[in-house]
Amino acid sequence: MEAETLSKQRAHPELLNCLWEYQNQHGYIRDEDIEQCSRRFGVSRIELEGVISFYHFFHRRPTGQFTIYLNNSIVSEFKGFQRVREAFERETGSRFGEIDPSGVFSLFETSCIGLSDHEPAALINFHPFTNLNTLKVRQIIASLKQGVPVEELCDEVEDNIRYIPPGKRAVFFREYFPGNAITKLAGMNPEEVIEEINRSKLSGRGGAFFPTGLKWGLCRQQTARPKYIVCNADEGEPGTFKDRVLMNSMPGLALEGMAIAGYAVGASEGVFYLRAEYRWMKDKLEKEIQRLYRMGLLGKNAAGIEGFDFDIRLQLGAGSYVVGEETAMLNSMEGKRGEARVKQYYPIERGFLGKPTVVNNVETLCAAARIIELGADHFLSTGTAASPGTKLISVSGDCHLPGVYEIEYGMKVEELLKLCQADEPYYIQVSGPSGECISMADKERAISKDDLSCGGALMVFSKQRNILQILLNFANFFKEESCGICTPCRAGNFILQRKLEKVKLGLAQNSDFEDIRQWGRIMQTASRCGLGKTASNTLIKALDTFPEFFEVQSGNGLTRKFDLTKATEEYEKFKS
Amino acid sequence: MKSSKAKPKKKQPAKAKSEVTIKIDGKEIKAKEGQNLVQVARENDIFIPSLCYYEHIDPPLGTCRVCMCEVNGKPAPACMQKVKDNMEVRVNTPEMEDTRKAIVEMMFAEGNHFCPACEKSGNCDLQHMGYEMGVSISRFPHLFKDRLIDFQPKRMIIEHNRCVKCHRCVEEVRTKDGKRVFSLCNRGNETVVGIDYEQEAKLTREEALAAMKLCPTGAILVRGQSMARPFGDRPFDKKSVQKEEAAKKSVVESTVKEATGKKVIATISLAGCFGCHMSMLDIDLGLIDLLEVVEFNKSPINDIKKFTRQCDIGLIEGGCCNSENVETLREFRKKCDILVAVGECSIWGGLPAMRNMIPLEECLEEAYLNSITTVPGEHIVPYHEDLPKILDKVYACNEIVKIDYFIPGCPPSPEHIWKAVKNLLWGEHYSILYSEFKYD
Repeated sequence: MEAETLSKQRAHPELLNCLWEYQNQHGYIRDEDIEQCSRRFGVSRIELEGVISFYHFFHRRPTGQFTIYLNNSIVSEFKGFQRVREAFERETGSRFGEIDPSGVFSLFETSCIGLSDHEPAALINFHPFTNLNTLKVRQIIASLKQGVPVEELCDEVEDNIRYIPPGKRAVFFREYFPGNAITKLAGMNPEEVIEEINRSKLSGRGGAFFPTGLKWGLCRQQTARPKYIVCNADEGEPGTFKDRVLMNSMPGLALEGMAIAGYAVGASEGVFYLRAEYRWMKDKLEKEIQRLYRMGLLGKNAAGIEGFDFDIRLQLGAGSYVVGEETAMLNSMEGKRGEARVKQYYPIERGFLGKPTVVNNVETLCAAARIIELGADHFLSTGTAASPGTKLISVSGDCHLPGVYEIEYGMKVEELLKLCQADEPYYIQVSGPSGECISMADKERAISKDDLSCGGALMVFSKQRNILQILLNFANFFKEESCGICTPCRAGNFILQRKLEKVKLGLAQNSDFEDIRQWGRIMQTASRCGLGKTASNTLIKALDTFPEFFEVQSGNGLTRKFDLTKATEEYEKFKS
Repeated sequence: MKSSKAKPKKKQPAKAKSEVTIKIDGKEIKAKEGQNLVQVARENDIFIPSLCYYEHIDPPLGTCRVCMCEVNGKPAPACMQKVKDNMEVRVNTPEMEDTRKAIVEMMFAEGNHFCPACEKSGNCDLQHMGYEMGVSISRFPHLFKDRLIDFQPKRMIIEHNRCVKCHRCVEEVRTKDGKRVFSLCNRGNETVVGIDYEQEAKLTREEALAAMKLCPTGAILVRGQSMARPFGDRPFDKKSVQKEEAAKKSVVESTVKEATGKKVIATISLAGCFGCHMSMLDIDLGLIDLLEVVEFNKSPINDIKKFTRQCDIGLIEGGCCNSENVETLREFRKKCDILVAVGECSIWGGLPAMRNMIPLEECLEEAYLNSITTVPGEHIVPYHEDLPKILDKVYACNEIVKIDYFIPGCPPSPEHIWKAVKNLLWGEHYSILYSEFKYD
């Protein structure tokens, strides 16, 4: 039966992969490919154009033999982005965003690629290149020109696991034995699995903190079949890379978590949605899936449990931040534009292909697997009473030890800053651009669900950094990454970005800062999904947290000083 | 990113829709359970502004967010609400009114909406929302993003300047074999509604006209289709859905108070068409009353070229397109205690700002070098030290000096101008009728 889904648009789960094939084959998606696709799926060409133009790794114009995506996130910007960018242009003779006449190199900027502990970083043909500088760029481009394969040149990405709780308290970063978690299922029925997760008080680690056991339980109650488990490995929030480290260091753990979730809710299919920025881990993950199959832990009668069949397939994303929102991800999996759905049904009621679906973050599924493996009691013995367990924090920015920290909930910000050897921390961004910023006045706050909740990123900036540059980087990010479907987010982010440009020019008055607050609040109230609702958080919070910075930025009445010379500059050309 | 996660909902067992009672702004209303809130409100003569909502589209689109209301104490778009028993809705709270107004203003600022030059003016839902909410100026800066007008489709013209991305056409306009004709393309601030030429060509003229009607603005036009009704006789020209009754009641017969000494008025037309001045002259007999209580200083009406004294009020028509406009405006600011921007051009640039999406060089070349009316051999762009210098774009007056009040309209109606001036000079109470409040 053709799956009719919520927006009355037919679902084409194979479409994304199909487009990837064309993209890989030709370096771009040609008109004839669209024609072919249009016939195969029975949709109009414009619908395909709509999907293709939504994802920034799909191109409609030819790209070179080597496509280079340089990360333009704020950490990269502070670590030498501009110099590296210039070096790439100089060495390749190509320009960013333009087609290289020789057809060898194409340069693009891209938002965070999950390598904030190795900035500046870039992807060349989706292979990672880390800690770039002008010299390194010169060598890379010279080698590529000489014909050295990219896969030989690229860097081995280090995990940078900097801290685990003392004793044997670690939940995630302890030795991983494939199957240790999943085989525990044999002695438990699904209700017991859910009960164990409930008992552990595990809540979603993507940032919304919805209780995982409750979600599974509600999905279990659904009568519709089939059900799906989706692992959200679209770690798009700038500054976050904890899932990368989990997948790279123990790829099997999240997969086991998926199988456990499948067993608990009665699903037989799992989709691992991997962001395209992490394509370099795709082979590793696929090998791991195959290994679990060979071990009998996936597939028919998975883990030796009679009647429990569970398959996992990997779905590659194509470059979009908003797809990290669960309903947007479901749309993306169905081959649509990754726009957040209207909240008429929850995914556990009608998710992928309109069927009950559990969407969980990589870290959540890994934690679930560990809880089943080690027992909820182990989990409960760490952290605080209200927020048990440990949390992975990706630390980046101005510190000597950027990397992943497995901290116990309840750790104070100050302690974490000491562990990572932060340099004169002044401005700290918690949970990425959509999170909030804090100053050292908040150093006593504890990272936990009930105090300072953290989605998994901590970007530390020293006093030397310009706060406005940070905020403008975030504003540019949201302006581009908004899916564009609702007015407050699409227009609001654009308008706020313009406003910050004005501040940067020194033209702001106090009333402009008041505007930012009010307009930001309207976006929070009226936007359709998490992106628009959270995009202005940091900006508003920064005004409150760093008043001393913004006082200096206000140019008292300067707006009225209209620059006549500048405005007539263009016309002066006609003076002959 | 924080994704809004599922909150558990109790499953309703399938049963016949039962009658429920909800409260909208304190008024108790009976409705069928599960009915759309916007629809329920409409049926009960309660106006909830909406743009993307279209009763046949289910689930609703939820794209424009103009229908924000307080539902059980929380802000939410009304179009996404299915009525439940005891639901409490507050539509007209100051906060929600402001939020809705802001969203409509955002649309005006984001697109390039030149109502006086639009085929759909008077039939346009967006314009209508502007009237209903009393948008006289957008609090947001106009973005003047260059957008295309697509003449390629067989039957239609797509005016991207006017599109508010409501998604109606994307959902509803399909060919007979069910293929979409429209789709959103790109994302972020680059989002546009793309059209499939091949599929569009399959539409019948009737279907194309239906698409034009479906569009809440003038973004979808059909070739060769002119408006059936002239300006002033269109659905939204005279009547307000919500305010008609209220407006009738609040007509205040205004009488000029005993004047204590004549007030001094100055007027000027900058980058405007003098239409606003024409409208001022249309005060007609009122002008005789007026001259008893005011005198004009610098103004085209009496042809006084230079200020001879400080004035009480200055009325500015038009924005600034050249250096002379800027100088004049600055002089007005100095010489007038109260400065009022009259008409669209002075408020945000208006029709002359149509050039703001195009670089000045291209504009001048088009006008003086490549124009078909250029005299052969005289291909020059005029430039002389005596000539005012042309600005890179047209500026709204409040981008250059502080403007105290704004009177919208193209032109504003004489009554509107007169009432506003009287109010400013003598503090006289006034109300503006719906039919006097115009953008075109």
